[in-house]
Amino acid sequence: MAALPLLGCAGELSVLQPAGPIAGSIATLSWVMMIGSLFLTALMTAIFFFVVWWPRRAARISARAWIIGGGLILPGLVLPPLVVAAVVVGERMMPHDPVPRIEAHAQQFFWTFRYPDHGGAETRDLLHLPAGQPVDIHITAEDVMHAFWVPRLAGKLDAVPGHTNVLRLQADTPGRLEGLCAEFCGLGHSHMRFEVRVHAPDEFASAVAAETTPSAPEARP
Amino acid sequence: MSQDPIRLHKALSRIWATAPGFGRAAAVNHSIVGMRFMITAAFFFAVGGMLAMLIRAQLATPQSAFIGPEIYNQIFTMHGTIMMFLFAIPMLEGLAIYMLPKLLGARDLAFPRLSAYGYWCYLFGGLILLGALFAGVAPDSGWFMYTPLSSSTYSPGINADVWLLGVTFVEISAMTLAVELVVSILKLRAPGMTLSRMPIFGWYILVTALMMVVGFPPLILGSILLEMERAFDLPFFDPNRGGDPLLWAHLFWLFGHPEVYIIFLPAAGALSTIIPVFAQRPLVGYNAVVIAIIVLGFLSFLIWAHHMFTVGIPHLSLAFFSFGSALVAVPTAVQIFAWLATLAHGRPRWDVPMLYIAGFLVIFVLGGLTGVMLAIVPFNWQVHDTHFVVAHFHYVLVGGFVFPMLAALYYWLPQVTGKLPMHRLSVPAFWLLFIGFNLTFLVMHWTGLLGMPRRVYTFLPDDGWTWLNLTSSIGGFLLTMGFALVAMDVFLQRKLGKAFRRDPWQAATLEWAMPTPATPYGFASLPRVEMRADRLSPREIGPELAAGRGYLGHARNGWQETLGVHRVTGEPDQIIILPRPTFLPLWTGLSTLVVVLAMLFKLYPLALAAAIFTAGLLVWSGRDAGQPRDHGLMPAGHGLDLPLHTEAADPPPLLALAFALLATGTILASLLFGVVYLWLNAPNWPPPEVMAPGLVLPAFIALGLVAGPVGARLARGGVARGGTPWLGLGVQALGSVAAMVLLVLLIQDALPDPRAHAYAATSFALLGYAWLHVGIALLFVISNAQRWAGGYISPRRILDLRLTRLWQDYVAGAGLVALAVAMGLPALL
Ligand code: HEM
Ligand SMILES: [Cu+2]
Ligand SMILES: [Cu+2]
Repeated sequence: MAALPLLGCAGELSVLQPAGPIAGSIATLSWVMMIGSLFLTALMTAIFFFVVWWPRRAARISARAWIIGGGLILPGLVLPPLVVAAVVVGERMMPHDPVPRIEAHAQQFFWTFRYPDHGGAETRDLLHLPAGQPVDIHITAEDVMHAFWVPRLAGKLDAVPGHTNVLRLQADTPGRLEGLCAEFCGLGHSHMRFEVRVHAPDEFASAVAAETTPSAPEARP
Repeated sequence: MSQDPIRLHKALSRIWATAPGFGRAAAVNHSIVGMRFMITAAFFFAVGGMLAMLIRAQLATPQSAFIGPEIYNQIFTMHGTIMMFLFAIPMLEGLAIYMLPKLLGARDLAFPRLSAYGYWCYLFGGLILLGALFAGVAPDSGWFMYTPLSSSTYSPGINADVWLLGVTFVEISAMTLAVELVVSILKLRAPGMTLSRMPIFGWYILVTALMMVVGFPPLILGSILLEMERAFDLPFFDPNRGGDPLLWAHLFWLFGHPEVYIIFLPAAGALSTIIPVFAQRPLVGYNAVVIAIIVLGFLSFLIWAHHMFTVGIPHLSLAFFSFGSALVAVPTAVQIFAWLATLAHGRPRWDVPMLYIAGFLVIFVLGGLTGVMLAIVPFNWQVHDTHFVVAHFHYVLVGGFVFPMLAALYYWLPQVTGKLPMHRLSVPAFWLLFIGFNLTFLVMHWTGLLGMPRRVYTFLPDDGWTWLNLTSSIGGFLLTMGFALVAMDVFLQRKLGKAFRRDPWQAATLEWAMPTPATPYGFASLPRVEMRADRLSPREIGPELAAGRGYLGHARNGWQETLGVHRVTGEPDQIIILPRPTFLPLWTGLSTLVVVLAMLFKLYPLALAAAIFTAGLLVWSGRDAGQPRDHGLMPAGHGLDLPLHTEAADPPPLLALAFALLATGTILASLLFGVVYLWLNAPNWPPPEVMAPGLVLPAFIALGLVAGPVGARLARGGVARGGTPWLGLGVQALGSVAAMVLLVLLIQDALPDPRAHAYAATSFALLGYAWLHVGIALLFVISNAQRWAGGYISPRRILDLRLTRLWQDYVAGAGLVALAVAMGLPALL
């Protein structure tokens, strides 16, 4: 517990403060959908009170028109663009071309990151990333299910024992970010966080190389 | 044939009465059992709500020292488990049990003893979970119990076993009731009530119950497999030995997603019943709504994986599940706009139920829309497992279930108590609930977007979630006060409300045509329905029925009579004699409880003995069901002569068995899905060692299996020709015993150690499935023998032998499939 207050400052885990292009497009999508949802909820509420208070006017629309208009046409207008947008944004998140990889291995209740392109260096609860460059995180688990999540960079993927999941990340600028385990994994789940350090591209290699030995595990409550 | 209503009332009351005091434990009447379900569910809602308050108290401030992770994990797991399994499902079952016969114009459900047994299973299962909570050993792996966290390695205590066994126990109850409800809707309606004249609530419950019949088996299977893994080390979900944790996730959500609709549909059914009353016109778009709910039922089984977008499933399936999930919005929107159109084309009036309907609309629409957002995979990857999702599903569950149920409470309470509503507390209670709810959960969306994961017992001041959480906690306590006010309101209405004569809301359905509070026999005589049953005039029909001018307006032989009708046309085809109150359901429930407890405490010999005892009890209690002699046609009123159900062509048990087979068939299908899934997806395949049994042993097992259907036909043919069933019964018994013995031999000699690899474990499960079903076939045979000897089977009363034949046909087919897959799989590897 004692080490934790050092991590994090307000908004460090916010989906809506993206620090990379992938999280950026999801944040935009989120705003659009949220505003749309609130608008539609307000619209439906208004329609409800309209039909209750002015039924005679509402009855000018035939019953069939109500059901077809609201039940088929309205979703027909909203859903297809949404699904298309989702596929477009989704495609951008998918690993296509080969990029450098980093391995994230989850274990109750800490993360081990390995850098196969850098002589197998290893860090614990600390992830080094290069700025301005896509990286594939290969996510695995030792014991139970966990989930790898750096909210300001991209969505999350589960760490499943016996499987490897690949998540593409990209950070815009050097700096400090935070990540955490998002899948309930037992007693230490609430504290299974990690730090992300984004380095300028030319400093990344030396930062990883400086990690000769895995950092000592932190005592955990 | 008009009669004195008072005389008829007294005569029928005597016949249908349940003894007071301790005798109430023998109740099988649907009004009593349904009310019990609802009251018990309300009690568990209070417990779940208390746990929610503990959660909110802990999360009100960062780094709170109130509750540690050990306790917190138990609390949120139990909150979710109680709310889903011990509140929502039993509550809707209770409502359906209580209301359906009244709406359909029947005197009771088809199998009253089964509903009573279902209630005891629910109560005892719930008490096991509650006991574990107080003993501090409650389940703590989250309400979906993901493995490996819930496996014996990472959850060595009794906690996870409590969940697996307790919830399965409660699910037995859900399965029995699902079958009961489907059959009752299809067979026990008022004469003339075709399916398309059925009150819309009947359609909703029909679809819901069918969804339960196929929706629960995957979880039942999953729980059995996981319990076997925990207890006997069979590695179904262990990736090191060819299992896969994702199989559990699939099985859970194959159940879990339909579950959400199982909860929503009955609530929507209540809305579709209530809105027309306050719009003062019949439901608009009845056919569209029926189609919409059927489509919804089907769709809900195709999109389970949208709970698993982050586990790493292939892109193509992601797109499929994403699109399917968004599509669910369509049938839902059709219903909502049918309601709006009903109001638009009616003369809406306000009353307390309408208040809750307005609240429902606002909350549920937003919950549905955040649901569509969650179907969008990139967004889902961000907010999955955060408090955004917690907010979303509370909008759906509270908006789509709790608010409609409160509308239903205020609407039907006069029917139950016979007292008119009073509005002094109802309105402030509504506003407390509405404001408290939105305060709690609207801001919680934002908490999630700011990155707060679910299921964390604490957070840091620096995370930026402090004020949001405090707001949610304050809202949560307002919400609780709202529920307390509702409880008080109900109590006061019961005590102080004014009595009324009939149909206070000017409704147009049959439940308002009966005396209130409900008499044990329901309708003194049964109506004939000539139009859609939501356009009737209860005030006119009521006195007619009370005077015995409908069908069965008599008290005869001390029989509890109701009518059975053709499944579709609603034309009467039999008189059904229902069982009297009996303690048997209680005893059977208690003996099932012993089985569950023995497994919980790993006393397997005791569990086996108790299971055999329970089976014996079931067979024994069936020894004198039905009629010991042929009656021929009996008068049913209005010049109609009908056979008793014992002599009818399409008696309810036949249909019930068909749906029971659908349920167990779904278990087998889920198991086969598991086999294929592991084979194609799990790590560490192929297995090191496969089964090599040769052909002789399997051939003899197949022979034993086939002896079932052959013997069943011999037995039936024998009796039909005026002879005896003994030859057929003998063939069946021999075949069953042989198949069971040989299956054990096959497992012992030819199958590799099931603990070594998931291949052997699943083969073991397949063969075990066959063994168990053959065993049940043997029970059928024993029961047939006993009832033949007792004179309960005759050429006219041949139902028993028809049931056995149906079961045997299934067992032979399913057994051969299981055998073939277990034997054939190695060749495919
Ligand atoms: C009475 C008001 C309620 C409040 C204040 C409340 C509050 C909460 C909170 C804060 C959580 C998240 C716990 C966590 O992730 O750490 C939660 C989880 C949950 N709630 Fe509620 N809840 C309420 C009513 C309900 C109802 C009516 C239902 C269902 C019908 C329900 C079903 C669930 C489920 C399934 C979970 C997930 C549990 C898990 O993660 O394993 N809740 N509730
Ligand atoms: Cu974790
Ligand atoms: Cu975790």
